[in-house]
Amino acid sequence: MRKITYCEALNEAMTQEMARDPRVFVYGIGVPDHKRVFGSTAGLVEKFGPERCFDTPLCEDSMTGFGLGAAINRMRPIHIHIRIEFLLLAMNQLANMVSAYTYATGGNLTVPMVIRAVVGRGWGQGFQHSKSMYSVFAHIPGLKVVLPTTPRDAKGLLIAAIRDDNPVVFIEHRWLYWQEGEVPEEPFVIPLKGAQILREGKDITVVATSWMNVEALKASEILSRKGISIEIVDPRSIAPFDDELIIKSVAKTGRCIVADNDWLNCGFSAEVAARVSEKCFGKLKSPVYRIGFAPTPCPTARHLENEFYPNAVNIIRAVEKTLGLEPTDLSKEDFYSHERRFKGPF
Amino acid sequence: MLNTDLYRKLYLARRAEEKIREHYMEDDMKTPMHMSMGEEAIAVGVCHALKPEDQVFATYRSHAIYLAKTQKIDDFFAEMYGKDTALLKGKGGSMHMCAPETGLMGTSAIVASIIPVAVGAAFANKRKDNGKIVTVFFGDGALDEGAFWESLNVACLMKLPVLFVCEDNGFAVHTAASKRQGYASITNIVSKFNCNVLKANTTDVEVVYKLTRRAIRLIRTTQMPCFMHQRYYRYLEHVGVNEDFNAGYRSREEFEEWYKKDPIVLQRKKLLQLGIKEEDIIKLEREIDNKIENSLKMAKEAPFSAVSELYNGVFTG
Repeated sequence: MRKITYCEALNEAMTQEMARDPRVFVYGIGVPDHKRVFGSTAGLVEKFGPERCFDTPLCEDSMTGFGLGAAINRMRPIHIHIRIEFLLLAMNQLANMVSAYTYATGGNLTVPMVIRAVVGRGWGQGFQHSKSMYSVFAHIPGLKVVLPTTPRDAKGLLIAAIRDDNPVVFIEHRWLYWQEGEVPEEPFVIPLKGAQILREGKDITVVATSWMNVEALKASEILSRKGISIEIVDPRSIAPFDDELIIKSVAKTGRCIVADNDWLNCGFSAEVAARVSEKCFGKLKSPVYRIGFAPTPCPTARHLENEFYPNAVNIIRAVEKTLGLEPTDLSKEDFYSHERRFKGPF
Repeated sequence: MLNTDLYRKLYLARRAEEKIREHYMEDDMKTPMHMSMGEEAIAVGVCHALKPEDQVFATYRSHAIYLAKTQKIDDFFAEMYGKDTALLKGKGGSMHMCAPETGLMGTSAIVASIIPVAVGAAFANKRKDNGKIVTVFFGDGALDEGAFWESLNVACLMKLPVLFVCEDNGFAVHTAASKRQGYASITNIVSKFNCNVLKANTTDVEVVYKLTRRAIRLIRTTQMPCFMHQRYYRYLEHVGVNEDFNAGYRSREEFEEWYKKDPIVLQRKKLLQLGIKEEDIIKLEREIDNKIENSLKMAKEAPFSAVSELYNGVFTG
């Protein structure tokens, strides 16, 4: 099968859906500008015109309400934010309006709306361009929250989100934009519910979100050379959150590490830990261990950034600790460094 | 006849709320009431000028707007009592009345939050070229919120068919406009946008109706939105069914001045002046009284939903 990048997969999903369904339109700050949201909206304004692909004033909250109004009048908006922090300006509409509109109208109005938002990282993104935020949205009933890791998931989940009759917050990590993978050319959907096994293993389950799956896969390569087999489960959709695959995996391995691309306190990692301890209590051989951001705002200097973010080394050390093994020498290993690829600015 | 039709709607709104006042203390209508009394001329005058397919968005103070736009008295009381027979199934209540099939598309209890939704709905209507006008009602408190200015800007920029109706009662809850507004005239400011601006300081529903017709013509001919500013006086407390003239922030004398030109009393006089017989007016009033009585009775007797209804409708499909 042909390989494309995550960014190309997002673009292909929107292009195909806009061609299929004239009700779909895409809008947001900078959406049709020369940078095209890191290339993800490339070609849309040329193919579908400025009425279906347009820029907006800087008013995230009102433009979210605008999407809600268009959606209840049977359009299918896709609202894009180049950083997820900008969604905080739209929190009133998301939490007080969009999420509850179907429920409060007794199911008489539906809100088929997609909100794409990018999680930033590195090259000095700092404390306002680096948050993940997804657990905040997942906390609110009525919003679906999806965080694809692979190019295939990016396309299949985005098409599913566009076709879904509910509001979907679709969260993309900036560094995943260059990930390459096999993606079918035809339109296809991946249900907005249910995890997937990214790597099968038997010794320990690592539940990883978004970019942390890339780190977990790196950790698994190194650990497999040392005879340790980890199973990586990517939840993909965290609201609604179907824990079935995670529970099955932990029931098999008896151990669980959650590597979340977020802060730990009150975060998604705590949700996973709670579900695992509830449903696998008698089968756990060790406590659930969590890995996430340092409990600080995100710094800008590179050495502090490196300390702030969890990585493959943290996962390896956590696996060793959980299994009661001595730390192995990692000095000769080649770990991912975004300096090779990501030179900023955004 | 126009004046009779307008009076019928005014009387319905007023009597429905008087019934609420009568029964609220029984504590079976467990929903915070933001009463329309005093604003009926705006609600009825504007809604009567709209076509049935035109869409309306409003606030938590929308009893009169709901009844004027939808005429659904049974459903109105069923929702107040939170019964299974109500369209919203007891999930909206007084603050979130909605009846999409009659064009009332939503009401919100967070000030100004419904305004951008109305603008987005107007965008969809424009794209579909279906000729529908969207009207959004809000109070003067909404003028303090960013969402109002953001939405006005977007509607003007995109030339959307929206009628903004500011129902100005001079207070945001209990805080007077003079303590909130760093400007002298809202209409003066809005007129600097690419927007039509109209204003009225009347309790005469016919004047409001005619002004709204003019607003709609302007929206169609200029291809720009219209901002309509209307003064009124809120008769009761911000939330609740009682008066609050002893609270100190406003006076009974002020109310009494406004009550001299009460919209319902005023229209009734007008009907008489137009030669309509009082017995015909009384007949019309009794018909509405009976309808309200009947709706209220049905609502009281209707069943509550099964408890499992709680879980329905968080998501569609």
